[in-house]
Amino acid sequence: MQALYAQLLVGLINGSFYALLSLGLAVIFGMLNIINFAHGALYMMGAFVAYFLLNIGGISYWWALLLAPVIVGIFGMILERTMLQWLTGLDHLYGLLLTFGIALIVQGVFQNYFGSSGLPYAIPDQLKGGMNLGFMFLPVYRGWVVIFSLVVCLATWFLIEKTRLGAYLRAATENPTLVRAFGINVPRMITLTYGLGVGLAALAGVLSAPINQVRPLMGADLIIVVFAVVVIGGMGSIMGSIITGFALGVIEGLTKYFYPEASNTVVFVLMVLVLLVKPTGLTGRAA
Amino acid sequence: MKGATGGNILQVRNLEAWYGESHILHGINFDVNAGEVVTLLGRNGAGKTTTLKSIMGIIGKRTGSVKFNNQEIIRATSDKIARMGIAFCPEERGIFSSLDVKENLLLPPVVRAGGLPLEQIFDLFPNLKERLSSQGTKLSGGEQQMLAIARILRTGASFLMLDEPTEGLAPVIIQQIGHTIARLKKEGFTILLVEQNFRFASTVADRYYVVEHGKIIDGFSNSELAANMDKLHAYLGV
Repeated sequence: MQALYAQLLVGLINGSFYALLSLGLAVIFGMLNIINFAHGALYMMGAFVAYFLLNIGGISYWWALLLAPVIVGIFGMILERTMLQWLTGLDHLYGLLLTFGIALIVQGVFQNYFGSSGLPYAIPDQLKGGMNLGFMFLPVYRGWVVIFSLVVCLATWFLIEKTRLGAYLRAATENPTLVRAFGINVPRMITLTYGLGVGLAALAGVLSAPINQVRPLMGADLIIVVFAVVVIGGMGSIMGSIITGFALGVIEGLTKYFYPEASNTVVFVLMVLVLLVKPTGLTGRAA
Repeated sequence: MKGATGGNILQVRNLEAWYGESHILHGINFDVNAGEVVTLLGRNGAGKTTTLKSIMGIIGKRTGSVKFNNQEIIRATSDKIARMGIAFCPEERGIFSSLDVKENLLLPPVVRAGGLPLEQIFDLFPNLKERLSSQGTKLSGGEQQMLAIARILRTGASFLMLDEPTEGLAPVIIQQIGHTIARLKKEGFTILLVEQNFRFASTVADRYYVVEHGKIIDGFSNSELAANMDKLHAYLGV
């Protein structure tokens, strides 16, 4: 039974990363119509920025949680302004190829300087240790990752679904020309939205650093599963991405317990089933 | 009061516009004075909607001169044009399906002081008040048109461009929209209207311009309408 709870916890933690990353992808796809293959590389950059801040600047994990998303978000906004904005109106394939190329370059540069092995990033003192819950031992940092990710996901959902700014974003997703004709600077909003999506990826990278170590290919390993999550949840659906992210993490964890051989493929099997039954994803709308 | 009645508020000279390779407008010239309701009449495909979109800055390629309150706006982006006080209500209404009625209503930002307060908007369109939490696209065609007009009234824009507001609506709703336009004119709004239904236009317009093949081919005031009726029938093919 202890092993089942442990796998559930691992599933929830993986689900937290899936949710944060797929949420960023959903925000970017909804607004820019770009399938952002650079997302894994930007997640990795978040972890590396946290590593640099700590080891070069002596800046703690807590500040890194704020600074790394901002720094990587600015990098993302520069990418959007200089490259991605020129793809407006073109087939999805161009965005996919460009961002895939960006991911390869970014990962290649980091691999060149830091190799492929992981760099250590210590758990902050305040989150070390664990709690005995009676039925299982819960490492504090892992509990923190799950709760903090959930809070960030819900805050992002609230921002997009329940605020004036979110109404601008949703409206611009449907008809950017008309929203601009109302007096809203849509190009600037698109840039900021890309920055927000990238910032979420970088935040996931910082959260991941103490658990998974900091590696140039840490995003490449994860991004394919995250794309499967987004496809299952429905491209562009905010709540769909969050729920599917956490749910698939848990399903993956349960599979590890009950049938470990299928744990690496269960997400993709589910993706195929969902695509067969509901091609727009569980919560997606038809185009 | 939205502007000094009678002063020239919009001046369009040699306006040309293109959709890709297609040359749509071939030198449009007309003026709108503050406080007027001016109607562009013409057959389908004459260039009426393109004229409004060109003024609003949402046509990719356009040349010539468009002056709003003596300021040249031909090179301005649509968001800047909106912030100068021009509001556009498109033919397809542009109600957002992912937003409820209240969100649709509050979507356009207030660009300057002087917009209608919500109470006054609900006074004009009582149906909207009862359906604030409905999804925007679940409204009837008439209600969607009311919402499309209502949402630009609170922005403070003094110059409204309405593209075929009566298209596809029941006579009773058309009448209601006519009353609304008349009331807006009384409030001091300047309105540039695109209409194919000149019987409706005659109830609200001060002046008319006839658009054909991307050019203004005629213009007359409401008092001259009766004298020009035969000509108008020929222009519009009715």
